[in-house]
Amino acid sequence: MSDDHDDSPIAARVRELEAILEEKGLLDARELDQVLEAFAHKASPANGFRVVARAWVDDGFKARLLENANEALPELGLSMGGGLQVQRLHVVENTAQVHNVIVCTLCSCYPLSLLGPSPTWYKSPAYRSKVVSHPREVLAQFGLTLPESTEIQVWDANAESRYMVLPRRPANTEDLTEAELAAKVTRNGLIGTAAV
Amino acid sequence: MSERYHPGDRVRTSTVDPDHHTRLPHYARGKSGTVIGSDGVHPLADLSAQGIEQPQQVYLVRFSAQELFGQGDHTVTLSLWEDYLGDE
Repeated sequence: MSDDHDDSPIAARVRELEAILEEKGLLDARELDQVLEAFAHKASPANGFRVVARAWVDDGFKARLLENANEALPELGLSMGGGLQVQRLHVVENTAQVHNVIVCTLCSCYPLSLLGPSPTWYKSPAYRSKVVSHPREVLAQFGLTLPESTEIQVWDANAESRYMVLPRRPANTEDLTEAELAAKVTRNGLIGTAAV
Repeated sequence: MSERYHPGDRVRTSTVDPDHHTRLPHYARGKSGTVIGSDGVHPLADLSAQGIEQPQQVYLVRFSAQELFGQGDHTVTLSLWEDYLGDE
């Protein structure tokens, strides 16, 4: 599968639909471009990295984030409202006992505003079908081997909610600043296919 | 909107495989799980796809891998509209 979907049948179908909607006056192409541009510019995994670093250094923020992520995000100037509608976000915390991993088995739902554009493998039928039934094997393929005693919780973003994983803070990072901590986080860590 | 189910309640998902769009994945049909929380009120996707807007309670429901796949020691949590659920 290629990263470039411009030549795919679905891309062609979207272009045709867009043209028909414009022709009928139901869609303003400039308005659509503005929304997409604004969204794409703001959507970056750096946002997710900041959220994680803040949660690692501020227990109060972490508690608010896990309780109601949509209400906590504005504390960092972020929101889930970058797209056409505000989406509900659940942040799920990794602990010594529990490891979380996210998937959308029905399509490829993903919190773009916090994680940036999703990787191709996240959208692949192989990942979407196998991570729900055999997460331990899938995580091992990503180089993440978890102890047998670690409980794996898979979250299927099959409806209206989106998920982000809060990874465990790495050892020996007590002296790092919040910005340095943010630099430790990876996109895969926010999906759950990496430890951090 | 009053909630029919509450955290800790056992529920069983519908076995119906509808002709129209639905957000109940095939692997989670006819399975028993536990409600772990509310996931807000949202238009039922099955009707939205047919141009009808009918908001309905959505629940977070957790299933064991054993129940879903007959193997595995993990859990899978899904967001399920009330219409997809029945009492166990």
